[in-house]
Amino acid sequence: MNRISISVLAACAALGSIPAMAADADLQALREEIAEMKKSYEQRINALEQRLADTTRQAESATVTAGQAQAAAQANRPAATASAFNPEISLILSGMYNNTSQDPRQDPTAAAGRERRIQGLLPAGGELNPEARAWNLGESELAISANIDPHFRGTFLAAISPANEIGVEEAHIQTIGLGNGLGVKAGRFFSGVGYANEQHPHAWDFSNAALPYQAFFGPQLGYDGVQLKWVAPTDLFVELGVELGRARGFPANDGERNKNGLMSGSAFAHVGGDVGVANSWRAGASFFASKPRDRTYDDVDSTNTLVTNAFSGRSNTTVLDFVWKWAPEGNARDGGFKFQSEWFRRHESGDLTYDTTAASLGTATDAFRATQTGLYAQGIWQFMPHWRAGYRYDQLSAANLSVGLVDNGTLTAADLPILQSFKPRRHTAMVDFSPSEFSRIRFQVARDQSWPGVNDNQVWVHYIMGLGAHGAHKF
Amino acid sequence: MKRVLLVLLAVAAMPAAAALKVFATVPEWAALAQEIGGDQVQVFTATTALQDPHRIDARPSLIARARSADLLLATGAELEIGWLPAVQRESGNSRIQSGQPGYFEAARHVAMLDIPPRLDRADGDVHAGGNPHIQTDPRNFLKVGQALAQRMKEIDPAHAAGYDSRWHGFSERWHASLLRWEKAAAPLKGVAVITQHKAWTYLFDWLGLREVGTLEPKPGVEPTVAHLAHVRDQAANSRPRMVIRAAYNSARPAEWLSAEAKLPIAVLPFTVGGTPEAKDLTTLFDDTVARLLKPLK
Repeated sequence: MNRISISVLAACAALGSIPAMAADADLQALREEIAEMKKSYEQRINALEQRLADTTRQAESATVTAGQAQAAAQANRPAATASAFNPEISLILSGMYNNTSQDPRQDPTAAAGRERRIQGLLPAGGELNPEARAWNLGESELAISANIDPHFRGTFLAAISPANEIGVEEAHIQTIGLGNGLGVKAGRFFSGVGYANEQHPHAWDFSNAALPYQAFFGPQLGYDGVQLKWVAPTDLFVELGVELGRARGFPANDGERNKNGLMSGSAFAHVGGDVGVANSWRAGASFFASKPRDRTYDDVDSTNTLVTNAFSGRSNTTVLDFVWKWAPEGNARDGGFKFQSEWFRRHESGDLTYDTTAASLGTATDAFRATQTGLYAQGIWQFMPHWRAGYRYDQLSAANLSVGLVDNGTLTAADLPILQSFKPRRHTAMVDFSPSEFSRIRFQVARDQSWPGVNDNQVWVHYIMGLGAHGAHKF
Repeated sequence: MKRVLLVLLAVAAMPAAAALKVFATVPEWAALAQEIGGDQVQVFTATTALQDPHRIDARPSLIARARSADLLLATGAELEIGWLPAVQRESGNSRIQSGQPGYFEAARHVAMLDIPPRLDRADGDVHAGGNPHIQTDPRNFLKVGQALAQRMKEIDPAHAAGYDSRWHGFSERWHASLLRWEKAAAPLKGVAVITQHKAWTYLFDWLGLREVGTLEPKPGVEPTVAHLAHVRDQAANSRPRMVIRAAYNSARPAEWLSAEAKLPIAVLPFTVGGTPEAKDLTTLFDDTVARLLKPLK
């Protein structure tokens, strides 16, 4: 190719050196000649490129796997096999070693038999984290997704717990062809409220959820239902969404309900954008409403008996979230910083029933109201390629409570010890190393102060790795 | 809430502005779209030349821009796989979904190089479709440009004549420039070089440079001290003339080798905006050729 161009250029140069006094006719002839040469040059380039393409193809047919790769690359050579329609499949593997100064399965403040939970609010239940001391397998997540047709996309994500139970984490369809900024999701999905709620545990920056998530959503809000989202046609990112359905887990208990019509619902708004080339941000406000009926929890009353209590009423949660990311020149490969913070407020009002099974002092019901807030703030600093360090601070406020059963003298505060006022706190620090986009090893330490007078010092060594389809770099 | 939503929907349904809104993932396709589209297009570029186009988040600003785009211009070959599918899905824009006329993949229109004989992540960041950095060979712009002009005419038939004439003008200028660059770059034929990332396959295929070593032990894997030392020792035999890195690559590995092996570094723009000189497509290759020639003097 070079040889051709050089000879063409040499010819041009020679032609160009003809004395300027040449007649117009000569000039015309020259122009034609140059045009002719250019044409032939183009043809030769095309011929050479064709040869190159042919050679590449021949080289590939020598190997078995390359045939498929080539098919993906060349639009004019579609793959002939059904396997070309394989969906994106990925598998997340995770495991950890934990060292904790308190038993993660046992409440450090109460009589034996009560599960570990955060002091000062109605317990959210949910998964314990970590599940036990020393060696733990994390959840193995198998995800399969693909476009179903030009209108829909389907996603399925199963989590296999270390206890060999398979749970359907997500199983939803979503529209891709509606247009006008609209998107509908139906099935089982994680709610779009807040910032971290939609993230899967393998995408978290720390090995466990922040305290407010554990306390208010135990630790993630999911739905079996529908979500409608709309993105505004503006350069500033504005996204509005509503969700309706059977909320999964705390603070709803829709899973046990069987009725027509509405159950739980949420609405959220997110805005975001860039500041210069190096900074980007997102902020949001979300609201979740539910009407739990006979939502039970266990406690140990003043007679030291394990009793079951239940709440029925309204539960409303508000979440404000904010994320800021910075990277030099916006290039997150070599370094960067991420700040993330969320604030929660939950208001519940209704009736609290003590001892539903009449195991101790007898069943009693009266009005109950509680307002509680919580927040966390964290910073993750990527100080060199592949290495990050982070710190997170979590706290919950003492609840603003009004318990009719105690106010009217039926019970004493000692009969409902979990509700006794307390401000849980937690400090967490981590360093992680990611040799590639698909693997991460994290070292995390935490001081958990979720109970009066008790510190739980925790150490985690955690690996999280993903194989298969390339995951999305969500903001 | 409902009323607000209805009002917003009404706003969304209003006719779009006359210009064709183009969302380009990387600066080179943005520049090409501008050449062909002229004032009939409004181009947004998702990344800059100083960003690794593979390591981008599906940022809110990108979703917002993709929401209103008429044409999404991507490289393809998995270059943007980490973020573009998420942006497409979240945008709620049916026009730019894969398979629609509003989705254009440049890599589909050129002959791909470096197609891996096997797909295994143990080999690093391998791209099943071949090396995605097709923009380093200017000849590829003729093929991509032709297909892009065709696509723009399809989406925006009212301005077809304008796309046609600007494309032909560009094509003519580009042919002339190719002659100029190839003449200037003639001394580079057969010259041995070491690169930081396997990003220049197409450039070398065009100019005949020989890659005798790569600072990254595997594509996308950060250089290690041991591997750098190995490359340095190899350099003694293969006698490279320079180390080449893209503007967005970290400077340290190339500087280390440069000091150890007494080799000059050529920092190439890689795409439009990568160096102060690379202001548009023509100056991108003017500058690339000039920066490659400099160490030979």
